[in-house]
Amino acid sequence: MANAIKSSVVDPLIDNNPITLQVLGVCSALAVTTNMTAALIMSIALTTVTAFSSAMISSIRNHIPSSIRIIVQMTIIASLVIIVDQLLKAYAYDASKQLSVFVGLIITNCIVLGRAEAFAMKNPPVLSFFDGIGNGLGYSLILMIVAFFRELLGSGKLFGHVVIPVANEGGWYMPNGLMLLPPSAFFVIGLIIWLVRSVKREQIESADYQIHQVHRTEVL
Amino acid sequence: MADTNKNKGMIASILGLPNDDPKKTIIVAFLLCLVCSILVSTSAVMFKPKQIANKQADIKKNILAVTGLLDESSDVNTLFEQFEVKIVDLETGEYSDIDPESYDQRKASGDPAQSIKLSQQQDIANIGRRANLAKVYLLKEDDKIKRVVLPIHGYGLWSTLYGFVSLESNFNSIGGLQFYSHAETPGLGGEVDNPKWRKQWQGKKIFNDAGELEIEVIRGHVDYQVEGSEHKVDGLSGATLTSRGVSHLVNFWLGDDGFGPYLKKMSEAEK
Repeated sequence: MANAIKSSVVDPLIDNNPITLQVLGVCSALAVTTNMTAALIMSIALTTVTAFSSAMISSIRNHIPSSIRIIVQMTIIASLVIIVDQLLKAYAYDASKQLSVFVGLIITNCIVLGRAEAFAMKNPPVLSFFDGIGNGLGYSLILMIVAFFRELLGSGKLFGHVVIPVANEGGWYMPNGLMLLPPSAFFVIGLIIWLVRSVKREQIESADYQIHQVHRTEVL
Repeated sequence: MADTNKNKGMIASILGLPNDDPKKTIIVAFLLCLVCSILVSTSAVMFKPKQIANKQADIKKNILAVTGLLDESSDVNTLFEQFEVKIVDLETGEYSDIDPESYDQRKASGDPAQSIKLSQQQDIANIGRRANLAKVYLLKEDDKIKRVVLPIHGYGLWSTLYGFVSLESNFNSIGGLQFYSHAETPGLGGEVDNPKWRKQWQGKKIFNDAGELEIEVIRGHVDYQVEGSEHKVDGLSGATLTSRGVSHLVNFWLGDDGFGPYLKKMSEAEK
């Protein structure tokens, strides 16, 4: 049991990362990674929602009618997201203003529903809870790495503190404006996936199809 | 005792039903909705007071920011005490003696007794009804008005934008413009929050030499060589409808149906 818990927390960090391997939840990774504070709060919110929704769904998994399975999962996830949103509005107002609609959009984050459907429906609550934590942390890890590069190169700051003084405030660094726009997250995530897959070659997917070389002598 | 046994029997018999039984499907769906709605409404009620306090502090912060007084190191509430809050009757432009603490302009604009319905020609900001009374925030120095902050709102593309515009003591130059609540597209219409864009509003004149209201958000960039550029602000690229909305709402609130009569009265008194 302890081993199973450990592997369900550790595996999604790199070996089975929801963003780099499963390529889920990329939309919010593009939107909330312009600075590290927003990314951190989003990570905490998503990890909490994934963990608790997996645990709740898992605890009633034997009584969920399969015809309304997805609706039941969505209702539980949506309720948790609303609670998290209310909490943020009460205790982290500025951050919740900055994240605006993206907290609400955790409902549609593929990772949450993906873990509910793929793991929580078949496994006991405690294990599902830790699976949710693990996948949330895997998502958080990538989010923080992306936000680190985007905030540092885009505005010369980390967590809002000046690290490299930028040119229009009297420093020497000319910030790269592209890093503040969503497409840059695509590049950073792409580079991370490339890096991970060059180290862990087993993650490389086989090509969907192969171009067939036709030789003249071959009879078609 | 017999009762609980009977209840237990009922629950067990429902749980024992096959999962795809329609009866169980309905019962599970109903119970789930019940539990979830209780959770959601409990959290909404529990956190409400805290959220309201946050919102009020945020509004004060925005009023301070729009006048350039915001200082991260000081307490918002103490800084805000420099302001005198007054209620203005928009029709006449006179101050009203209603207690500003208890007046909620947003609520009033929904109440037929405290607001007027705007005709289609009047309602350029797309707000439907306008409250009869409005709050103004005065920053005074030696009993003379230094800045006045006016609350404004109007429809952009997706949402109503709520914000403030501050005017200098001549009641003509804009000191700043800022929105504290909107749901425009982040990156496009959401750029109304961009400090660079907001800065352009500083020093713009709302009335021309003839005393007519003239302020506009144009498409593209303002040509500063051309006459009248002090009445124009760059549009936001990729956000034509939000820019137009901002242009309309500023014109509405500074115009005759908004704070126009009040501004006229104040600038005459100044002379």
